[in-house]
Formats: sequence, C-alpha cells, structure tokens
Amino acid sequence: MVVWTDFERTTIQDIFSKINYAVVGQAAFSRCLIVYPWTQRYFGQFGNLYNAAAIASNPKVAAHGKVIMEALEKAVKDMDNIKATYAELSALHSEKLQVDPDNFMLLGDCLTIVVASQLGKNFTAEVHAAFQKFLAVVVSSLRRQYY
Amino acid sequence: MPKFQYLICEVGWVCAFPVSYIRPPQNELNTTPTATTGKMTSLSAKDKNTVKAFWAKVAGKEEQIGCDAVSRMLTVYPQTKTYFSHWKDLRPGSAPVKKHGATVMAAVTDAVSKIDDLTGALLSLSELHAFTLRVDPANFKVLSHNLLVVLSTMFPEDFTPEVHVAVDKFLAAVALALSEKYR
Repeated sequence: MVVWTDFERTTIQDIFSKINYAVVGQAAFSRCLIVYPWTQRYFGQFGNLYNAAAIASNPKVAAHGKVIMEALEKAVKDMDNIKATYAELSALHSEKLQVDPDNFMLLGDCLTIVVASQLGKNFTAEVHAAFQKFLAVVVSSLRRQYY
Repeated sequence: MPKFQYLICEVGWVCAFPVSYIRPPQNELNTTPTATTGKMTSLSAKDKNTVKAFWAKVAGKEEQIGCDAVSRMLTVYPQTKTYFSHWKDLRPGSAPVKKHGATVMAAVTDAVSKIDDLTGALLSLSELHAFTLRVDPANFKVLSHNLLVVLSTMFPEDFTPEVHVAVDKFLAAVALALSEKYR
C-alpha cells in the first residue's frame, strides 16, 4: 500500500498539470530511443530510427510519446490505485509486447530529465524525489504481471 | 504463454527456455557500469568532442552542479546516505554536501581533460573507492543520473539528446574506471 504525503500528491498533480503531453512525451520517448538505442528493438514498425535526427522528427515516435503520457495520467488521476490501474497494461507489456522490464526505468529516467529541463530550478531535490517515487510505483505496477 | 526459444544441445536433446531467459545479442544488452565488454562504454572521437565542448559551457558552475547533484542523490536515493553517516549535516546544500559536491565535480572535470585514458587518470581514486570507501559500484550509476538531471535543469537548451548520450557514456566510462580496482 503506497503512502503518499500531501506534498508528494500536490507535486505530482502540479507537474502533470503544467507539462504539455505532446511535447514532453515526444521529447522523453525520443530521448530514450537515442540514449538507450537497444530500446529500439520494440519499435521495428516505427520506420526510420537510424539516427538522432530521424528519431526526433519521426511522427510515430511523437504519437507514441503522447500515448505514454496519457497512460501516465491515469495513474496521476488515481494515485491510490496505481497497481490496479496498470494491471492490464502490465499484462500487455509482458505477454504481448514482451518488453524487458528493466527498460521501464530507462524511459522513466529520460522523462525525469525532460521534466527537469522544463521546470529548471523549480525541479528541486524534493520535487525530484516525489517524481522519482511516483515513477518507481508506476514501474513496479508495470512489472507485476511478469512471470 | 511466453514465447519459447528452442536450443538443440550437443547430444541432440532439445531444451526449451522462455525467451526472456536468453541473453540478448551483444548490442542489445542493458549494460551497467560494471560490464566488462567495454563495447557500450568505449567512447568514440565524436563522443569525446561532444563531452569536451559541453564541459566548456559548464565551466565556472562546477561547484554549483556538484553540490546540487550530491544533494539530489541524498534526497532522491536515500540509501546513498549510508555512506555519509560521519557527516553532521546531510541536508541539501549543507556545508559537507557542498564541499563534497565540489570535490566530485573537480574529479569529473579532471577526467574530461584526461578522457583518452580514464583508467590511468582514475587509478588512485579507484583504489580509494575500492579499498577504503568501499562504495557499491551500483551507486556510481545513481550519482551519474543525478548529475545528468542537474545538467538538464541548468542547461536545458544545450543538453540535447546527442549531448545526453555522450555524457551518459562518458560517466559510465568514468564509473567503469573507478570500479577497476574492486576485484
């Protein structure tokens, strides 16, 4: 049972209300594909991912980035029920997509870095800690259905 | 039902393993700084130039960066505090945190200038971390990540994905050089 402090709750709600899902989603997901190129293995059908420029301008990458942010919003809207929220997505990633769950935090790290660049000095250590905790809970929920 | 990989062993037995158990091909390994292959952490000329060019931009702000990175690490990854129980004050921006941040960043900046031979440059620091400090090398990745976050907050325009991957590779190479003397 995850216990959120008031500070953590308001921080997460605040971050997600400030960021533009299309912009941040595209930036975080493309960064993940560029910085950790082995993650490209799951996106063979996305077309041209040959170099950073191609990834940055790839429309399928941008679209998928937005999908990811919208999925994260589900957790933000119901922070006390993240495990249940992601039960189906976890099964999907495990059984159909067969994503190595170690990759989840790679995307999480890239998202942290993009949010950090957006918030600048407002991304204090305490805000960062709250965001990291949220991502850890999301990742743990996504890992649950793996066997 | 997981996908199964079939292996025919020498004597003709067929073994079935779930695909997730099979070690993926070399270039898809999710490498950690302790990987010994060097394939993921060897720096190309382009990587080195990118790191040097970016480091020229952060010149003058090293102490601030180091302090913020260490502060963040202690706050966001509290298990790292276990290495600093001898400090009176572990709060972000405290005197020992500031001093240590400056020490760490000075060493990283020095490593940038000796980027062609990180193992040699970090030899004595590796001995220190291995024999005296005995920091679990998994924590090097943690500090590296926090350093990247700080760079992202302070240089949002310059810390592009290309710079990010070069600096991440560089910090992984530094971590590897620091781990040399462990065992």
